[in-house]
Amino acid sequence: MTDLATYNFAYLDEQTKRMIRRAILKAIAIPGYQVPFASREMPMPYGWGTGGVQLTAAIIGPDDVLKVIDQGADDTTNAVSIRAFFQKVANVAVTTRTEEATIIQTRHRIPETKLGPNQVLVYQVPIPEPLRYLEPRETETRKMHALEEYGLMHVKLYEDIARNGRIATTYAYPVKVAGRYVMDPSPTPKFDNPKMHLSDALQLFGAGREKRIYAVPPYTDVVSLDFEDHPFEVQRFDKPCALCGAEQVYLDEVILDDKGGRMFVCSDTDFCEDRRAHGHVGPMLAPNGLAPNGLAPNQEAAE
Amino acid sequence: MSDTPLLKVKDISKFYGSRIGCRDVSFDLWPGEVLAIVGESGSGKTTLLNCISTRLLPTTGSVEYHMRDETYRELFRMNEAERRFLMRTDWGFVHQNPADGLRMTVSAGANVGERLMAIGNRHYGNIRATAVDWLERVEIDADRIDDQPRAFSGGMRQRLQIARNLVTGPRLVFMDEPTGGLDVSVQARLLDLVRGLVNDLGLSAIIVTHDLAVARLLSHRMMVMKDGYVIEHGLTDRVLDDPREPYTQLLVSSILQV
Repeated sequence: MTDLATYNFAYLDEQTKRMIRRAILKAIAIPGYQVPFASREMPMPYGWGTGGVQLTAAIIGPDDVLKVIDQGADDTTNAVSIRAFFQKVANVAVTTRTEEATIIQTRHRIPETKLGPNQVLVYQVPIPEPLRYLEPRETETRKMHALEEYGLMHVKLYEDIARNGRIATTYAYPVKVAGRYVMDPSPTPKFDNPKMHLSDALQLFGAGREKRIYAVPPYTDVVSLDFEDHPFEVQRFDKPCALCGAEQVYLDEVILDDKGGRMFVCSDTDFCEDRRAHGHVGPMLAPNGLAPNGLAPNQEAAE
Repeated sequence: MSDTPLLKVKDISKFYGSRIGCRDVSFDLWPGEVLAIVGESGSGKTTLLNCISTRLLPTTGSVEYHMRDETYRELFRMNEAERRFLMRTDWGFVHQNPADGLRMTVSAGANVGERLMAIGNRHYGNIRATAVDWLERVEIDADRIDDQPRAFSGGMRQRLQIARNLVTGPRLVFMDEPTGGLDVSVQARLLDLVRGLVNDLGLSAIIVTHDLAVARLLSHRMMVMKDGYVIEHGLTDRVLDDPREPYTQLLVSSILQV
């Protein structure tokens, strides 16, 4: 621990952690309610996940195992920097494997693997206020939350249907938490909304620039808003993942060349690698004969 | 008309510091009645309207409203949630400038449907059908339903604002200079429309206007205000045909005759 002499454990001083923990406790007590907190300057710019980093710093302990993802991937800049940050300032174990992690800090995705009761999912949130673009006055939106006046949220969905024939909101899709507060689930694709419902894991949301913390405790109702005649639906993909063949997962489009070539792969890299390690092979790998780890495509017929 | 007033206003005063907004105004409003408040600008008409409609907190006085459950409630003793619920279901407020009362960035259909969604309507098809119905009732073509109000003319915006307010079947509508800023022919059409709607729906309304012609056409009773005081109060025809106060006489005689 001598290397850590210049930092307190997990970067933040103990009084700051205490303040953030109090905000977290309040947020858990009132699911979906945005608790103001005294967000600190962090050694990274706003928009890089300063809210999530502060939450993680406040709850992490020496025995925790941390996983950080950005758009589902463990190897993108944001994820790599934040993971390195906590290795340096807290000296904690890190992992890319979802099952091994006790704290998962995420930007814009929920892992495909179902989370368990011993895990905490920390979201980085750019704009915590779901009503922001409909009602710019913060005083008014707070009053609307307090009085449960959420008609405006449906005005947005109405506009979607009127213009596009269907609810065209695909990310940051508003949800109602525990039958009371309407919450912005951060810009996760609406594909992930059902995973929030009655989740085993604690979900914490931190918005650093906006100085708000909110939470969804385990086993809490999270219902996506919709109309009776236009029910909530998640995105569907025509093809399985090109690398691991997974269906019913969220896929990213990857452009391959400038002639219209493209592939769709799992956005959750850990999930995809895990499947390939277990011998699953998608259409792009199959014709090459051998999949990674030396398994022939026909060996995965067990699926 | 029933024998209980819809609204009982008692001794409403509003001071802006030492300046008077309005002073000691009392009246009853009956179901189905249209009351006009007239006077020159700065006479306290809008202050009074805002006090009655709870948009402003009066310095003294009380306003009691006859709720649908047949009880009277003092508006300023209700909690904010109840008051806001009342304002968006049982009341309407038509602003002089439609941009204040409309959401300019969402379509006409959503503007009309907002109140329905606010009270829990969750069926898109029904909301849209109601919106079409109301657009037709205020003489806006149904094919304009997906246009934003910014693409509408001033008269259409004002009619859209009225539709948006009436969609929940309110019993009391406040109007602040509803024809201000419209040209004369559009004014006439709007007045005709409002008169028809008020009659059909049995609405009560309080209309603030400086235009005596509007008061003559729409209202049953009128109050004349000057310097914050109500100086004359009576049936519209009586006040306009036989004004008693010198100021009212001046006001009536100053109408341009063409």
